Amino acid sequence: MQDKPITLKVLDIVSLILLGISTYLALVFAPTELVMGDVQRVFYFHIGTAWTALMGFILAAVFSVVYLIKKDLKWDRYQVAAIEVSLVFFFITIVLGSIWARPAWNTWWTWDPRLTTAAVTELIYIAYFMLRQGIDDPDRRARFGAVYALVGGLSAPITFFAIRLFRTIHPVVIGGANAEAEGGFAMTADMRVAFFFALFAFTVIFVDLYWNRIRLGNLQEKVEQLKLKVTL
Amino acid sequence: MAENVERTTKTHTADRGSRTGNFFKAVSAVVWKDLQAEFRSRELFSAMLVFSLLIILIFNFALELDIKTRQSVTAGVLWATFAFAGTLGLNRSMAIEKDRGCLDGLLLAPVDRSAIYFGKVISNLAFMLIVEIIVLPVYSILYNVNLFQAGLLLVILLGSIGYVGVGTLLSAMSVQTRTRDILLPILLFPVVIPVLLAAVKASSGYLTGAEFSEILLPLNLLIAYDIIFIAVAFMVFDNVVEE
Repeated sequence: MQDKPITLKVLDIVSLILLGISTYLALVFAPTELVMGDVQRVFYFHIGTAWTALMGFILAAVFSVVYLIKKDLKWDRYQVAAIEVSLVFFFITIVLGSIWARPAWNTWWTWDPRLTTAAVTELIYIAYFMLRQGIDDPDRRARFGAVYALVGGLSAPITFFAIRLFRTIHPVVIGGANAEAEGGFAMTADMRVAFFFALFAFTVIFVDLYWNRIRLGNLQEKVEQLKLKVTL
Repeated sequence: MAENVERTTKTHTADRGSRTGNFFKAVSAVVWKDLQAEFRSRELFSAMLVFSLLIILIFNFALELDIKTRQSVTAGVLWATFAFAGTLGLNRSMAIEKDRGCLDGLLLAPVDRSAIYFGKVISNLAFMLIVEIIVLPVYSILYNVNLFQAGLLLVILLGSIGYVGVGTLLSAMSVQTRTRDILLPILLFPVVIPVLLAAVKASSGYLTGAEFSEILLPLNLLIAYDIIFIAVAFMVFDNVVEE
């Protein structure tokens, strides 16, 4: 049994502390938004989780290509870890967004491009895990997983642009304004502090979970090899 | 020296020419094999066709397709029908290869693997188009709408190409898994949403007589999707059938 690396142990603790500080900044430190009130505070974590999840999905698509070229199972483990953590983070993004949308848009859900793309992306990666579950041979599982993650990773942004053919009501807080958006606002300096800290905190938390997941994948691999040895 | 160079380039082009010739021969052999097998059994085609008609029947009750609603939902009903019937065909067409050990035989053949992919795409596309060609007049008669418009047929062709292009790749994967009977639609639908979206938008544009500038956007999207995904499938197909 491998011991957990010291750096990872430290990172675990740092992530917890960062999460605490970020929660404080979002819930107490940041000023209350004028129009929407306290519910706007979910915004910090909403963007924090969304940004890291999207980075994870992009990473996974890159690992697909690398795996298909190099055929080293290491890249497959990196990919599974990225998708698994991102799937959870993106789910949190959707739930937080729904909580915010109920008072801001007066509905839990609408078929807006971002929301629809988020739902489709979740479904694609759930399908990814269902595909992997049905295959026993590790090499084939890795190959099929890489192919599907690549196809899915290409399809998701196209879905987004396709739905953008219709109009959107999702606010764009950073970069660009949308006249039809509902629930947009301008950030004050204190809000920006909470916002960028949340981005930073969730990036660190993501890296921590990601690292833990890769370690788990490596251990799983070892267990499987040991099992094979025993049966031989 | 110059003559030498010329000769090598000549043999090079000749070589490449015969290689493309071989490639097309291999593709058409796969297509021919599928069409002939289907022509003899008619399993796949009849299942897809009857299934499509049943879906239209179900939609009739589910949506109460009176004259008013019909106008706005025809495109959606058509594409939902094609998508569901399509998975049936894709699944079966690959399952046959797997069951009877045909796939191994195909893989042993000394041809480029992508020739097998393109062959399967063309034959799957042929089945799908034949079903669509029969469903369209039936729908036209049942609901008294004229679906035979050149634009609509173009949309159906482009949409089917994208659908089958991705579907053939994914069905080649899903038949090799333990859960193969149920997996294909789960893998395929979230990925082909752009195709269905653009196809429905373009089709309803043609059916409601919208201006061409409005239809151009989804039409371009369809073409872009077809090109991107067939190129990707072409590049990764080797990894899917490799033993």
